[in-house]
Amino acid sequence: MADRPIHIVVAIKQVPDTSNVRINPQTGTLIREGVPAILNPYEVHALELAVRLKEQHGGKVTVITMGPPAAVEALRECVEQGADRGILVSDRKFAAADTLATSYVVATAIEAIHKEDPVDLLLFGKQAIDGDTAQVGPGVATRLNVPLITYAVKVEKFDPENRTAIIHRKVERGVEILQTTLPALLTVEKEIAEVQRAPLPNIIRAAQYQPEMWTASAPVAFDVAQIGIKGSPTIVGSAGTPPLKKAGAKVTASEKGVAETVKMALAEVRRVKGEG
Amino acid sequence: MSDTKNRIWVFIEQENGVAHPVSWELLGAAQKLAHDLPDASVEGVLLGQNVRGIADEAFRYGASRVYLIDDPALAYYRNRPYSFGISNVVKKYAPNIFLVGATSLGRDLASSIATRVRTGLTADCTELAIDKEKKILAATRPTFGGNLMATILCKTARPQMTTVRPRVLPTPKPADVPVAGEVISEPLGMTEAEVGTVLLNFIPSEEEESIEYADVVVAGGRGMGSPKGFGLLKELADALGGVVGASRPAVDAGWISYAHQVGQTGKTIRPKLYIAAGISGAIQHRVGVSGSDFILAINNDPNAPIFGIADFGIVGDVFQVVPELTKQIAAGDQPLATSH
Ligand SMILES: Cc1cc2nc3c(=O)[nH]c(=O)nc-3n(C[C@H](O)[C@H](O)[C@H](O)COP(=O)(O)OP(=O)(O)OC[C@H]3O[C@@H](n4cnc5c(N)ncnc54)[C@H](O)[C@@H]3O)c2cc1C
Ligand SMILES: Nc1ncnc2c1ncn2[C@@H]1O[C@H](COP(=O)(O)O)[C@@H](O)[C@H]1O
Repeated sequence: MADRPIHIVVAIKQVPDTSNVRINPQTGTLIREGVPAILNPYEVHALELAVRLKEQHGGKVTVITMGPPAAVEALRECVEQGADRGILVSDRKFAAADTLATSYVVATAIEAIHKEDPVDLLLFGKQAIDGDTAQVGPGVATRLNVPLITYAVKVEKFDPENRTAIIHRKVERGVEILQTTLPALLTVEKEIAEVQRAPLPNIIRAAQYQPEMWTASAPVAFDVAQIGIKGSPTIVGSAGTPPLKKAGAKVTASEKGVAETVKMALAEVRRVKGEG
Repeated sequence: MSDTKNRIWVFIEQENGVAHPVSWELLGAAQKLAHDLPDASVEGVLLGQNVRGIADEAFRYGASRVYLIDDPALAYYRNRPYSFGISNVVKKYAPNIFLVGATSLGRDLASSIATRVRTGLTADCTELAIDKEKKILAATRPTFGGNLMATILCKTARPQMTTVRPRVLPTPKPADVPVAGEVISEPLGMTEAEVGTVLLNFIPSEEEESIEYADVVVAGGRGMGSPKGFGLLKELADALGGVVGASRPAVDAGWISYAHQVGQTGKTIRPKLYIAAGISGAIQHRVGVSGSDFILAINNDPNAPIFGIADFGIVGDVFQVVPELTKQIAAGDQPLATSH
């Protein structure tokens, strides 16, 4: 056992459920109405890992998010799953933040949390499904100057007393088994922990839970030059639906017969390839 | 160092002394961008241990200069020493644009560099261009689950950083003969003790045919109905000397492993021949295959969106058409797409 209880911080994001996003075929714009907001799926698994480590070692789990007031719901969901403390960093001044500004706010908030209550492990999702950028985790690790392990799929050993852990990391060619010093920052794949149903007392606690509300000025005074639009080097120039490539011939097998249709198809492949 | 040159940098990704082909794809893109920027030069950044030889390859693919950090602490990829070393070189030579492959290594790295040098980063771009008026990089990427394409600009911070997935861009032809170039060696400035992570072991994934760089991909979707349906695709792929791909629902159903998934959350491919059987052609699937030379689609719904990008569409039943394709290809003496 560690000489003190462990402390894990999970950074979460509330996202529109992109599997439900629809495009208006006339205007080519996103229909946002009626798209439910959910807790980013990877964080559900990050939180599960945090809660299990807490159960094994004793300690607490803090969840933090920068987002609009409605993100309170996502924090409640985390409390339901077993988080102890929820912090919503929310202010109009944070609006339109890109990943650089987001990582500044999240890292600065985590630093403040760490000062009061030292952190052993930081957990992030592999990516947020609204943008799929996978940039905030590496950005925060860099700002806090802690080791970064992306695409974590398994915690083989977690030894807070000796400030070390062994983590499995999935890459294209296989799985790396890495030893790291603690605190470290992991961005997790869904395999990191299988999610279990929340116990009833948690559900009751979550329903009434009020997360702490932090603004751009209190309890931490964020540098206004590094937040929101001002702190974001990138802007969205334009947006639209992807164009379709021009379609070629289309033949109906039931009209031409299967064998003849296939023959035509292969002839067309040969013709085009012959030209190219 | 801060001359007026518009340096366009490409991260030359290597592991175990082997360059990742996405590095060459990016050098090709960098050369195109260089046409539209005044006084531009295309340059590579290479890190590792004993990797000097890879710089010569980069010269053949169009780099005129390679910045090299060769150090034992870079023997295998770890975020800290790589991002630290590169950031120092970025600060010293002030590139205007910096392109990195969107591999698991490159995505891990790029965000840390952007944070260290406090610049903007656009992930997973599918298109790169120079904005004609502003002379800045216009980086287009899918967002909101692929339902929307957004063009991202980086106002004033430099370098303008982007990652691009393998196979989104064509592979340029390298020079047949060695090309001379300049190697600028830089120190790492970090010791092993400062790194924090150590690789204890590596478990390679089971040998799977890679679909990413295959010339022929025969892919199936929900319309294939079952693992047995995928057996038919395997026969066709074998007849063509290709490999089998799949849509996400087919992977989710367990008919085939994730390594075969094509599309936004799978692999991007640009084979010479892509056959889509029982695949509707959702946008998230299309983005992964739109670079294919020839798309042959088979679907029993004449209105399936896949026909909108197909060079040839067969409206028919996959269980009749796929075996017939296999039969005719096996019988035919003319080879198909793999030769050209
Ligand atoms: C964030 C996000 C990421 C995604 N990433 C990916 C991705 O990487 N790759 C991907 O593929 N999808 C991805 N998807 C899912 C995508 O939106 C589609 O749901 C999916 O591509 C559909 O797969 P499908 O074409 O196999 O199935 P369906 O859409 O169900 O289409 C099956 C097709 O088979 C045809 N068919 C049925 N029976 C027969 C028959 N006997 N003969 C001929 N045709 C038949 C039907 O007409 C139909 O067109 C993603 C979705 C989201 C939201
Ligand atoms: N606004 C935010 N507040 C807290 N954590 C965030 C926020 N945005 C992203 N994250 C974390 O960073 C991860 C990667 O996000 P992204 O870089 O947007 O793909 C997410 O899975 C979250 O864990």
